[in-house]
Amino acid sequence: MAGLEFLWYLVIAFSVIAYTVLDGFDLGVGMLHPFVRTDTERRTFLNAIGPVWDGNEVWIVVVIGALFAGFPSVYATLFSSFYNLTMVLIACLIFRAAAIEFRSQKPSPRWRSLWDMVFAIASFGIAFFIGLAFGNLVQGIPLNAEGELEKALFNPWRPYPILIGVLAMALFTMHGAIFLVMKTEGELQEKLKKWTGRAIILFFIVYATTTWATWVYMPHMTERMRQSPGFLSIGVLAFLSIVNIFWEEHKRRYGRAFISSCIGIALFVALFGVGTYPMLIRSDIDSATYSLTIYNASSSALTLKILIIIAILGVPLVIAYGIWIYRIFRGKVKLGSHSY
Amino acid sequence: MDLLLLSRIQFAVNIGFHYLYPPLSIGLGFLLIIMEGMYVKTKNPLYKQMTKFWVKVFALTFAIGVATGLVQVFAFGTNWSRYSRFVGDVFGSALAAEGIFAFFLEAGFLGLMLFGWEKVKPSIHYLATIMVAAGAHFSAIWIVVANSWMQTPAGYKIVGEGDQARAVVTDFWEMIFNPSAVDRVIHVVIGCWLSGIFLVVSVAAYYILKKRHVAFAKTTMKIGLITGAVTLLLQFISADSSAKGVAENQPAKLAAMEGIFTSGPAPMGIIGWVDTEERRVKGIQIPGLLSFLIHGDFQQPVVGLDQIPQEDWPKVNVVFQAYHLMVYMWGAMVAVTALGLYYLRKKKLQNQRWLLWGLIVSVGFPQIANQVGWMTAEIGRQPWIVQGLLRTSQGVTTSLSSAQVFGSLTMFVLIYLLLFALFLFLLDRKIKHGPTDEPEEMIYRNMYEASKTPLKTNET
Repeated sequence: MAGLEFLWYLVIAFSVIAYTVLDGFDLGVGMLHPFVRTDTERRTFLNAIGPVWDGNEVWIVVVIGALFAGFPSVYATLFSSFYNLTMVLIACLIFRAAAIEFRSQKPSPRWRSLWDMVFAIASFGIAFFIGLAFGNLVQGIPLNAEGELEKALFNPWRPYPILIGVLAMALFTMHGAIFLVMKTEGELQEKLKKWTGRAIILFFIVYATTTWATWVYMPHMTERMRQSPGFLSIGVLAFLSIVNIFWEEHKRRYGRAFISSCIGIALFVALFGVGTYPMLIRSDIDSATYSLTIYNASSSALTLKILIIIAILGVPLVIAYGIWIYRIFRGKVKLGSHSY
Repeated sequence: MDLLLLSRIQFAVNIGFHYLYPPLSIGLGFLLIIMEGMYVKTKNPLYKQMTKFWVKVFALTFAIGVATGLVQVFAFGTNWSRYSRFVGDVFGSALAAEGIFAFFLEAGFLGLMLFGWEKVKPSIHYLATIMVAAGAHFSAIWIVVANSWMQTPAGYKIVGEGDQARAVVTDFWEMIFNPSAVDRVIHVVIGCWLSGIFLVVSVAAYYILKKRHVAFAKTTMKIGLITGAVTLLLQFISADSSAKGVAENQPAKLAAMEGIFTSGPAPMGIIGWVDTEERRVKGIQIPGLLSFLIHGDFQQPVVGLDQIPQEDWPKVNVVFQAYHLMVYMWGAMVAVTALGLYYLRKKKLQNQRWLLWGLIVSVGFPQIANQVGWMTAEIGRQPWIVQGLLRTSQGVTTSLSSAQVFGSLTMFVLIYLLLFALFLFLLDRKIKHGPTDEPEEMIYRNMYEASKTPLKTNET
């Protein structure tokens, strides 16, 4: 039994990484969308993610479904506690999906501009609220002895979670910009190369601020590192990945910059895990006893075994045909009669 | 307003609106396999044209299906947190399977289906279409299996007590193949096929009426009506099997479906109104027919509501009406299909304007049937959220205020009204544009303007 919860925790962590790396650039493209002004440029952005964004988004369903199945109390507590925020997030997800599909269906500039705005705002919203949620999980929410939320004490709009919301927006914007450089050509690509440089700098400032704020104000996140300095290497590797993005961008090697960005994102998720393990929802009333952990909130051993089998059978297949489909659509965006 | 009632209404609104779209995706997916298969086999460009047209419609229904479907995975946790804790061990793995095996398949290959026409060979594109349709079907299978577990729980045990009690899986295959799962999966999937078929038939009828795209319309109509006839027959067989299952496993639901208050040989109502106070149905009934359909014997007794404690009764009249409306819709579909096939054979369909209008309107029949069918299933299971194990009132999230849920419910209603209006508008545009090879007006005026002029918001 001991290893099963940890294994499923790893599956969820993998899914979180998959979601942030993949839908991260979809969101980044959405956040950059309002900064280009012509119809062709905007259609290029949409079609850069067009064939793949839907599959990317499925990972969020996997994360949430995996929580529901493997750690049902965590799933239940998380979404009932963050009720209002979840509803706003849902609205953003709905509108982003609608915007991508509807935007080019009429030639009218007014229609297109409206949906472009919806696409952008929804993308900002999704990125920000996911960051806000993670920030709250880092800081902890007021769970009482019964594992339920003390509503009177609950405030998701604290400075640290807001900072993480900003971090998420900056991170995904940078990630999306690098992706777009790979998918575009000519004048648009030159514009994006300039923006990528700026996005990386902006991200680095927010990242540095977040690192400082976490060390100073969230000491529990770095406790494991201070006890076992080996874990510090994850933080160092994350830093090196970010620096490498600068380096590769400077060398105009955008493919490598994108890979560094993916690795950076994965390492941030790992840092979150290292800092919080084995907690899934930290209680800031009494973190030692009231928090929901992978041990006190898990499903039965049989269910965890079944889930792991489902993952072993399904995930490699998903990755295999996912790679195949990405390869078919590799290369620069070419607008055609079937495009968005 | 009461928190439980608001939460129930919100869930019903969310799932009811969502359920307009996946059945169309599943039904169209099924038909696309036929249409594109015929193109790949015969290389007849008419079939390619047909496929491309319906793929565009499919993309629209799929997009809204995804947009409204995302809500569901959150909805159990937000408003039904106690239910989530209770069933997560059981229900969660069916949902996880749906995500891994179904969603990725349909969402992944969708990109190839929509955008890959020029990028891959026709046979590879056809594979993509099959994968998308398969993914949609797998999705239906997993979610109906999960819902069936709520109707007829199996393969579990209860651990813990009181508020801490939860269901824990003891046998995965027994849980999946719970007593009602197979019947209900078949019944739901056939219902989805009917949604797609009658949308296709409706559009074909419209073109024949307006004398546009006539060759396309006639071929489409033939495919639609023939598959429709076969599917309606299959649905009848499935319905019979499902009803027998309900009689055995969910007697309260069956009793409510026909307003059977007293156990004994039971009639089948043709039309009626249930008076729960007086414990009778006012209407036209055929004596003994329900007994006959369930047991093969007009005299065999059917379990009535008298054998069930009154606190365990569903809302009898609601279930009765929903169930009967579903059957009427099946009857309506049979009528238009039979008439349509008759006149099609005589090559006189294009002159029967009354029938063509009937066929246009028939797009609504399976939609209504699907909605009221699910109402029968879910309202008929009340007051249980998991039959016999957890009441709906025990499953709701109690830490929310009525104001919060009223707020979110309002948000959903407004969003869905908007999405529905847009759906109708865009669908109408596609239908009016028709299956021509000219691209829809996607290109902004001309290419030069598109690449140079910034989009202005004060122009029309």
